[in-house]
Amino acid sequence: MSSANTSAAGQGLANRFNLQQYVVYLGFLAIFLFFAVVLRDSGFLTVRNLSNIVLQTAPATIMAIGLVFVMSAGEIDLSIGSTVAVAALAAAVTLGQYGLIAGVLTGLGAGLLVGLLNGALVAYVKLPSFLVTLATLGLFAGVSRSMTDLRSIPVTDSVFTGFFGSGAFLGIPSLIWWTAIAVAIGHIIYRETRFGAHVLATGDNARAASVSGISVPRIRLAVMAISGCLAGLAGLLYAGRLQAAKYTLGETDLMTVIAAVIVGGTLLNGGRGSIIGALVGSLMMGMLNNGLILMGLSVSDQMIVRGLIILAAVAVSLREKSR
Amino acid sequence: MIPSEANAPVLKLQDIHKTFSGITAIENFSLEVYPGEIVALVGDNGAGKSTLIKIISGVYSPTSGTISIEGETVTMSNATMARSHGIEVVYQDLALADQQSVYMNMFLGREPVNGFGLLDRRRMIAETESLVKELDVRIPSAHATIRDLSGGQRQGVAIARATHWASKLILLDEPTAALGVAETAKVEEIVLSLKRRNIGVLIISHSLDQVFRLSDRICVLRRGKQIGVRETAKTDKNEIIAMITGLQPV
Ligand SMILES: Nc1ncnc2c1ncn2[C@@H]1O[C@H](COP(=O)(O)OP(=O)(O)OP(=O)(O)O)[C@@H](O)[C@H]1O
Ligand SMILES: [Mg+2]
Repeated sequence: MSSANTSAAGQGLANRFNLQQYVVYLGFLAIFLFFAVVLRDSGFLTVRNLSNIVLQTAPATIMAIGLVFVMSAGEIDLSIGSTVAVAALAAAVTLGQYGLIAGVLTGLGAGLLVGLLNGALVAYVKLPSFLVTLATLGLFAGVSRSMTDLRSIPVTDSVFTGFFGSGAFLGIPSLIWWTAIAVAIGHIIYRETRFGAHVLATGDNARAASVSGISVPRIRLAVMAISGCLAGLAGLLYAGRLQAAKYTLGETDLMTVIAAVIVGGTLLNGGRGSIIGALVGSLMMGMLNNGLILMGLSVSDQMIVRGLIILAAVAVSLREKSR
Repeated sequence: MIPSEANAPVLKLQDIHKTFSGITAIENFSLEVYPGEIVALVGDNGAGKSTLIKIISGVYSPTSGTISIEGETVTMSNATMARSHGIEVVYQDLALADQQSVYMNMFLGREPVNGFGLLDRRRMIAETESLVKELDVRIPSAHATIRDLSGGQRQGVAIARATHWASKLILLDEPTAALGVAETAKVEEIVLSLKRRNIGVLIISHSLDQVFRLSDRICVLRRGKQIGVRETAKTDKNEIIAMITGLQPV
């Protein structure tokens, strides 16, 4: 929100508004400082470790951008994890047989198709997105398992792995480029276009949007398609970085991505959100992951601590937002 | 201003029927609204007033009957078409997006964009501020979020939006139901200014005092049936009350 308020009352609103907006940045800073102190001898603060965090969170950040659109429109997409796997596998298989372009297009296309399927069921059959995407989550988890009989498919095309994984351009790793470009484009579309405004209006008050001439079904279809497509891109990034695709890709990302989006200031019920907030939320989740590993917690303890911290973070940001 | 019969009616409803899954909500409704005329639609709760407004604005399509705008029969399958005909509505529930700013609501669905296809916020804010000033609806700022406004201020935003965009006809569904005395007077002033702009007004109100203050004609609805239309100057409250309730005047 621009904050050039003119009157005293407007100023008061702006102050309260800023507070809720900055919760994610304060949380990010707090966790960063905590690890910086506690883990000062364990290499947390090294450039290498910090840039690793950004690289590792790239797929989750990309998915989070899609979810900001979905949740702002008052919907949810639980199927992103399965979409990632299906897209990565589809890309890997096609890549091996038909080359680079075909592989990339198939990966993104697979994500888009899942998104369109979700979107059509939500927008035109008028089923709740929670149930639709819960079903497609299971459906495509099954599809990704049967696609290659649970086998991992190696990705050897060096152009692909460079472009979507380990490469760099102008000295900056390609995964950081992908993150930056997706965040920038996502932010502009979300904040500065009519489409973005209509997404928010739809999530805020679908009836008001509809009587204002906004095609609510088309908005719902579009946000689900965007989410699917970005999950497809996340699948390509996983395949590029790990140089392989497997049905397990993205399996555990759902909780992280939803947490990142909510902590980042997007309302669960729609009508308000932030792409930049989701980016910071996603980096915060990545940092948490990284710090807990460096602290030497066992995998089960990591999960417990992460769950608790997400709970706390989500509770704080939701409380802040409900006035 | 008395509507001149030489003018074509801006809105003409003929034999409108509406049933909701077999249950009749509106039957045999016919009414004309002329440019610059204020017609009041009265009736008890559930009489079908809001349903009628939604039929005119394209939210519901009538089961049968015709709607003409400036002499041309139109079929409206959605709200966009009514708006493109210069019809604006203040719905009973206001139809505001609560978490968006005043200026975004003012331009909801019609946001101006600049040469790059990006939202022209500066223009939206400027136009909102001048409109708010012109209509004297007291809103803290064009940036204020709707949910932070009082009921009266929200009502003001919805009315300002409708008056801003209306070119032919405005439909007001209980625009002063939630308002205090001063705010009600202000809204009535705005309604009269629409009349001066030669815009037709169809207003629903439960306040007969208000109806008699504002309207040129009064149309009474009871349980979906059109009981009658009276010229305001040639009727009185007792007659209208009798028509609304179906009981004989004492
Ligand atoms: N979408 C709908 N589906 C089924 N029935 C409806 C629908 N909308 C309205 N009705 C019915 O139509 C009748 C008229 O309702 P309407 O809202 O038009 O009344 P009203 O005159 O505006 O009343 P009020 O003064 O309380 O606002 C009511 O019996 C209502 O239950
Ligand atoms: Mg009503």
